[in-house]
Amino acid sequence: MKLTRDQVVHIATLARIKLTEAEITMYSEQLSDILSNFDEILKRIDANVDPLILNELTGVWREDKAKPSYTQEQILANAPQAEDGCFKVKAVLE
Amino acid sequence: MLKMGQISSVELTKDVLKHIDNTDGKLHSYVTVTKGIALDQAHAADKRIKAGKATPLTGIPAAIKDNMCTMGIKTTCSSRMLENFVPPYDATVVKKLNESGMVLLGKTNLDEFAMGSSTENSAFGITKNPWDYERVPGGSSGGSAVAVAADQALYALGSDTGGSIRQPAGFCSVVGLKPTYGRVSRYGLVAFGSSLDQIGPLTRDVTDTALVLNAIAGYDSCDSTSVDKPVPDYTKALTGNIKGLRIGIPKEYFVDAMQSDVKTVIEEAINKLKGLGATVEWDMSLSLTDYALATYYLIAPAEASANLARYDGTKYGHRTTDGDSMWDIMEKTREDGFGAEVKRRIMIGTYALSAGYYDAYYKKAQSLRRLIWEEFNQAFSKYDALVTPTSPTVPFKLGEKANDPMQMYLSDVCVLPINIAGIPGLSVPSGFVDGLPVGLQILGKPFDEETILRIGHAYEQESDWHTKKPALK
Repeated sequence: MKLTRDQVVHIATLARIKLTEAEITMYSEQLSDILSNFDEILKRIDANVDPLILNELTGVWREDKAKPSYTQEQILANAPQAEDGCFKVKAVLE
Repeated sequence: MLKMGQISSVELTKDVLKHIDNTDGKLHSYVTVTKGIALDQAHAADKRIKAGKATPLTGIPAAIKDNMCTMGIKTTCSSRMLENFVPPYDATVVKKLNESGMVLLGKTNLDEFAMGSSTENSAFGITKNPWDYERVPGGSSGGSAVAVAADQALYALGSDTGGSIRQPAGFCSVVGLKPTYGRVSRYGLVAFGSSLDQIGPLTRDVTDTALVLNAIAGYDSCDSTSVDKPVPDYTKALTGNIKGLRIGIPKEYFVDAMQSDVKTVIEEAINKLKGLGATVEWDMSLSLTDYALATYYLIAPAEASANLARYDGTKYGHRTTDGDSMWDIMEKTREDGFGAEVKRRIMIGTYALSAGYYDAYYKKAQSLRRLIWEEFNQAFSKYDALVTPTSPTVPFKLGEKANDPMQMYLSDVCVLPINIAGIPGLSVPSGFVDGLPVGLQILGKPFDEETILRIGHAYEQESDWHTKKPALK
């Protein structure tokens, strides 16, 4: 399983990571190596069973009741940029 | 555990802090040392002990892996992405330990975002193995393992997604426990692989592990994967008697790449268990063991790619400011903030989940997971516990596997399947090869930590590996 440069760039775009050219080359080789190893292993077995849900925990809900939470100050304390009680980012819509 | 009558928590804490000062320049177990907080807590603990309100952990200096949130104290996950992140809340395990009167010495080093097997992937420096400074301590909980091995903490917490408590425990000659999935709350543990992660103790001996587990285990409504089962007193399981316990030794864990000296140490340890009265059956088979590596390295990165999508430079963490648009800044933030191994795993995970590949990779891995789990269940209908080596080799040299990801991943073959199945696993010191530690791994049924602790403790009483300490020259 050899990944092309285009495939690696596509994955990086999906993952929202701006890789350098050197990294694209490196990851292309490493990912190809790793995935080839897995291909080899996976093709040896036919597996068509339901996925596992550990401890059979499904549909775990909490009561629909509001509880005390954090202050705006606490939540903004780690913000890279904040203004007027809001997180500040570059425009989302052009 | 120390008898608190003979020494105060303040004296003990001061001693350990001084020792950290003297040794951490070389070892680098700690990312952050919380001296002021530790001394305040020690004072409070001494008052509490005098008032007769102590728990077994009151006043005992401990370290916490730096991927668990500690309110008001930097929590970095050893990543530039969270270099200055100060959580506004405590992880549930931290809250519980605080309630029991913990003295927090600091936050320990790890592979970035818990991704690695050597602690070489930390953005803030390498942690060294105290038994040989040129070798890795294992990972990702390397800092915690070394802190305990080198007496820089009396116990520590680590996290284990694919062996990250047990493997470094084995490499550093300390006890490490990964509890059953759902036994300990993950609230406040920075998520890596949410269906695999568990928090657990690293300690000098099995009794201490039982004491820490007593304090941290239990249902938590803040963790929807936490199981509402009562927590027994795990110390009561340490009877010293393992007569009649049926132990299986799965042959697939004695891989080709296993060092023959390590094999000898493990075989001696298993024979000791037989000598203690357990029924040992060699060469039983867990035929799906070979598939665990691929299963793990598809599921874990897939879950990681989803869990790490939150690091976008918006609400907290690193932001690269030099960029023209929202996407440009986000992509540069993640490029700058994450290290190579983290990016590698995000890429593998993204690929495995992407359109056209989801069925071949992720869905298949999930099916394999059920088959592996069923195989363990079958084994546990015949055996009370399974025993294996923790690692096929002694700790490897720093840099030895850093450039070959596949080699690094292969070093975890003995520990990975346990997270896939969600069962508990304990690593105990079982000897040395050329002065380098070898760990013995004991596996149990879900929520049967009592049996594996009992076996580990019984073995410990008959050997003295856990009393050996590194020279720290």
